[in-house]
Amino acid sequence: MPNLLAIDYLLIAASAWAVIGLIGLVAPRNTRFIAKILFPIGAAVGLLAGSVALLALGGTPQTAVLVIGLPDLPFHLRLDNLSAIFILLLGMVAAGISVYAAGYFREGEGTAPGLLCLEYHVFLASMLLVLLADDAYAFMVAWETMALSSFFLVTTNHQQESIRRAGFLYLLIAHVGAIAILLSFGVMTSGSGDYSFAGMRAQQLSPFWASVAYLLALAGFGAKAGLLPLHVWLPEAHPAAPSPVSALMSGVMLKTAIYGLLRVSFDLVGTPLWWWGVVALAVGLATALFGVLYATVQSDMKRLLAYSSIENIGLLGVGIGLALIFHSYRMEGLAALALTAVFYHSLAHAGFKSLLFLCTGSVLHATKERSLGKLGGLIHRMPWVAWLALVGVLASAGLPPLSGFVSEWLLLQGFLFSPGLPHAWLNMVVPVAAAVVALVAAVAGFAMVKFYGIIFLGQMRETSLKHAHDAGPWEKAGLVWLALITVLLGVLPATVILRIDAATRQLLGAGLAERLQEHGWWMLAPISPERASYEPIIFLVTIVLSVWLGRWLVHHLYHGRTRRSPAWDCGYHFQGPRAQDTAEGFSQPIRRIFEPMFRMARHFPTARDKQPYYSVQVEDHFWHWLYLPIARLANWLSTLITSLQGGRIAIYLMYSFITLILLILVARP
Amino acid sequence: MMISLSGLLGQIFSIALALVLAPLLTGWVGMCRAWLQSRSAPPLLQPYYMLRKLFNKDVVLAHGASSLFRVAPFVVFGCMVLACAIIPSLSTNLPLAPAADALALVGVFGLARVFIALAAMDIGTSFGTLGGRREMLIGFLAEPALLMVIFTVAMIVQSTSITTIVETLGHRELAIHPSLAFAGIAFTFVSLAENARVPVDNPATHLELTMIHEAMILEYSGRHLALIEWAAALKLYAYSCLGLALFFPWGIAGGDSFLALLAALPLLLLKLVIGGSVLALIETVSAKMRIFRAPEFLGTAFLLAVLGLLVRLLLELKA
Repeated sequence: MPNLLAIDYLLIAASAWAVIGLIGLVAPRNTRFIAKILFPIGAAVGLLAGSVALLALGGTPQTAVLVIGLPDLPFHLRLDNLSAIFILLLGMVAAGISVYAAGYFREGEGTAPGLLCLEYHVFLASMLLVLLADDAYAFMVAWETMALSSFFLVTTNHQQESIRRAGFLYLLIAHVGAIAILLSFGVMTSGSGDYSFAGMRAQQLSPFWASVAYLLALAGFGAKAGLLPLHVWLPEAHPAAPSPVSALMSGVMLKTAIYGLLRVSFDLVGTPLWWWGVVALAVGLATALFGVLYATVQSDMKRLLAYSSIENIGLLGVGIGLALIFHSYRMEGLAALALTAVFYHSLAHAGFKSLLFLCTGSVLHATKERSLGKLGGLIHRMPWVAWLALVGVLASAGLPPLSGFVSEWLLLQGFLFSPGLPHAWLNMVVPVAAAVVALVAAVAGFAMVKFYGIIFLGQMRETSLKHAHDAGPWEKAGLVWLALITVLLGVLPATVILRIDAATRQLLGAGLAERLQEHGWWMLAPISPERASYEPIIFLVTIVLSVWLGRWLVHHLYHGRTRRSPAWDCGYHFQGPRAQDTAEGFSQPIRRIFEPMFRMARHFPTARDKQPYYSVQVEDHFWHWLYLPIARLANWLSTLITSLQGGRIAIYLMYSFITLILLILVARP
Repeated sequence: MMISLSGLLGQIFSIALALVLAPLLTGWVGMCRAWLQSRSAPPLLQPYYMLRKLFNKDVVLAHGASSLFRVAPFVVFGCMVLACAIIPSLSTNLPLAPAADALALVGVFGLARVFIALAAMDIGTSFGTLGGRREMLIGFLAEPALLMVIFTVAMIVQSTSITTIVETLGHRELAIHPSLAFAGIAFTFVSLAENARVPVDNPATHLELTMIHEAMILEYSGRHLALIEWAAALKLYAYSCLGLALFFPWGIAGGDSFLALLAALPLLLLKLVIGGSVLALIETVSAKMRIFRAPEFLGTAFLLAVLGLLVRLLLELKA
């Protein structure tokens, strides 16, 4: 066997995914074969890619040239530490989602299973190529393949009009973003015609052009990631797509945009200016606050998660901004702290958000309901899904000892150092930004309690829920895998950070590894133990020990008799499922406190109503302030242009003739 | 990492002390409240009688209760034990202290809050969900304010480790930090809200429209309720000790000798007695607010904490 490099194994993985997809086309209607054989093989390939990337972390960069592509313009690929982290994320999370999908996809869901299998695996392969690409050409081809394959996946149930609309919106914004990315690459080549990333690194851009390239990249990748104001596709596309696809898009695809932003701003464009970080920080803060507030008021479980993804992307933007600010002042140790938080949160979010989306998939299959108002009490019927979802919910709320807390903790530690910035007002404004991060984290807890409490707890809001069934073995396996990732990322932060430190070191020349190695694997002390430390494993053991001690004492000192009876509820006799909070009722305090943030249409009952009812609809301000005006403008322009079109060929010929005359007049030699 | 035997003993002693003192503190506040309101006071040991009674009773579970409902009291209790274990009350030599710094401590309180709110929603009664929703409302308003208080203190000390904060603040000369004053007021507000005290909540009420904490635990009984009541007492104790550690750290022993611990004990008791009576005084002189005044109250706390931070950055760092 010849000596294969890590990048060769990754190329084999990408081709394997493509081949699996093509095999799916051979028997497009054979759901059994596709779901139970092809998807598990795809999961194994993902596991392989993830493991290869894990082993490649810390190694030297490897390159490869693919013969496909245009003549004289082959695909350049490169595996370095930055790519390796995100490939690790892609492989590990995709493995869980594919195993789950083996139990999830069944007949009669719009697109034929074989075609779905092709789209799904092309999506995976193209994401892998995006992360490996080493020239703008290969990057854009893979990027567009990723956008198109995911568009087809989103529109799996294309019989429904709302889903077609969601798909169109997604495609539109994906392409607005792609144009910005393309222009950004164009600026970075600065006319040299060398579209390889190595060529871009070699260019010395003036501060103006560097800023243009950075802002274009921020807009372009921001559109894919869901930064304000280009976030509107997320809450439409995520509920439309089948759950494994939502999980893949939210968990992995959004991270490829984060990867792109990191690649451009830390690697390709040269030394950053301080205000780039401020822009990313401000946009990130606004996105996070917006996302989390809208997440709390949603009534559709997948929309709620989509807005929660927007919040997490905002937090990643905050981390990137903080890292850029430190980096621009050459405070590399602190930049490393913030950047580690970004990497960690990418991994953590990929794990817990995929887990939660898959849980909604199981709920959807068991109940055929997405609306929170018609769910409830599912912990009795679906204990596996409920308890695994609890892991995701706690991580998503940023609670210790799970994965979401670690990155939040690192980010806040980064903020604590910002008064040391050598800039007159930055060192005062940036620490206050931490207040917003704290608020976002706290409101995220509210949103997650709503999500979990309304779906899984309480009484069943519909009688049909009595027939709900727990997830099947494949689905359970996928969920357990993702929950395991979430727990491990939560309790072993020092071990994980030692692995991902290579990427931080590559981008900044500094990392956290030396200081972490001074202590045991159980302790996370990025600066020094006197300054700040966090030991999740000790933390977990102490809580478990206290719980166990409490149980032991209670059971041995006192008799443990338990009786069942109807709920007391202060003696209130009417205790039907309708007496519980609805999804809208639960979020009422948020709507009231943050009223100006929402665009609400409400109907209040009056005393004279024959059939009194209350309704509330919350809409996004950005639709009315930004998108609809643009849409109206586009409509108006197209009506103007329509008046040119008489529908008679003679008139069109005349237009051509006039154009020709004008060209001759203008373009004289 | 080597843990000395005396450190371990000191840690176990501080946990045991918390478990013993917490119900007494609650009882003391209850006594002071009764005196201030010219009622005859319940005995100091009243919370203990309550716990004994509850532990001896059967658990009456509602039909709709799931496993989460039965697990939650233990988790909440465990979280509060951990919180009391890492907050220095007698000595800063706590082997468990590196496990969680002040930011993680906020996380511990958050974890307990989420569990109790979820348990409240579990039966599916109207009061339960109402309580859960209100608790999360108070929680998400109070948590950022608490974090900002911790940020202010952490910026003065250059550390988020609570033991380092106590060691630095306790052994410096008596300099007056205006930022600490702001942070102290904000912390008081947050503690009132987090411990379900007047003016945000009233631990003695079962009036439907006003209760928050009591609404969540309506369906609990027997040993589960006992654990929750004990955990609530531990939370009050933890917040008191945190406040003492951040703003009045003098007298907390630095060493790990048992004598030093014993010397620190009377001072701690004195501080708790004063703190408890101040709490009772605040509760007596203020009226319970409507639930929708709570955002204003806690918003004020948040802004005060941010002001403290700004004062620190603007005045004290420049000076």
